[in-house]
Amino acid sequence: MTYLYSFLFCGAVCLIGQVILDNTKLTAGHITSLFVVIGAFLDTFSIYDKIIKYVGGGALVPITSFGHSLIHGALAKANEFGIIGLVMGMFDLTAAGITSAIVFTFILTLIFKPKD
Amino acid sequence: MEKKDYKKLVDKYKAKETRIQNAIIAFLTGGLVGALAEFLIQVYSYFLDISTSDASVFMIVTLIFVASLFTALGFFDKWVNFARCGLIIPITGFAHSMMSAGMEYKREGLIYGIGSNIFKLAGSVILYGVVSAWFFGTIRYLLFGGV
Repeated sequence: MTYLYSFLFCGAVCLIGQVILDNTKLTAGHITSLFVVIGAFLDTFSIYDKIIKYVGGGALVPITSFGHSLIHGALAKANEFGIIGLVMGMFDLTAAGITSAIVFTFILTLIFKPKD
Repeated sequence: MEKKDYKKLVDKYKAKETRIQNAIIAFLTGGLVGALAEFLIQVYSYFLDISTSDASVFMIVTLIFVASLFTALGFFDKWVNFARCGLIIPITGFAHSMMSAGMEYKREGLIYGIGSNIFKLAGSVILYGVVSAWFFGTIRYLLFGGV
């Protein structure tokens, strides 16, 4: 059942993105940035947490979950250290994603030659 | 009806149809990526005996690696052109944007090529993500008192 929810949720988010892309002048960069902000906004009221609980992996792949992870790590540290904790914990949960993306990109860029 | 008007009319419907087709393709590919993510989480948590939240980190690293590798091999661009938002909105799009920026600016050298351009496309995601997370986090912290 979680597979179906994952399929439907992730598909629906991509569908919304595609509809915005086709019907407005916004580019892919605008849409991904917008979705990150939406993800962070939804977590202000703990909505995205509930979605993840029901949907599972499907809610963790769209870029909205990036914004959710940023604010989540920040708030977890803020609980400990007060308002300064917001800046301390910002990248706590997304560190794995960003670090691996940077490292893989760097190594693969050195190895492979660009086509064309 | 004039020929020109007719062509306009046809084009209008044609554009609408491709839009619907694009939306369906984005829905299906995006859904498949979501289902694959759930599958990877199940596999990792079952075989490596780790919690679901740890497995989801493994899953994200796997997807990023696969997307970067496929972009480096050259055929992921075609997939992204086909699926559009179906692959741009998931985390694969983040990896793809970094990798394609890296490949494109490789010839300009290590520092001013790869170094300064790797976040050319992905940078806006990080910038607006961090600023909005800080802003909403402050609001939530002040109003509701943290997690």
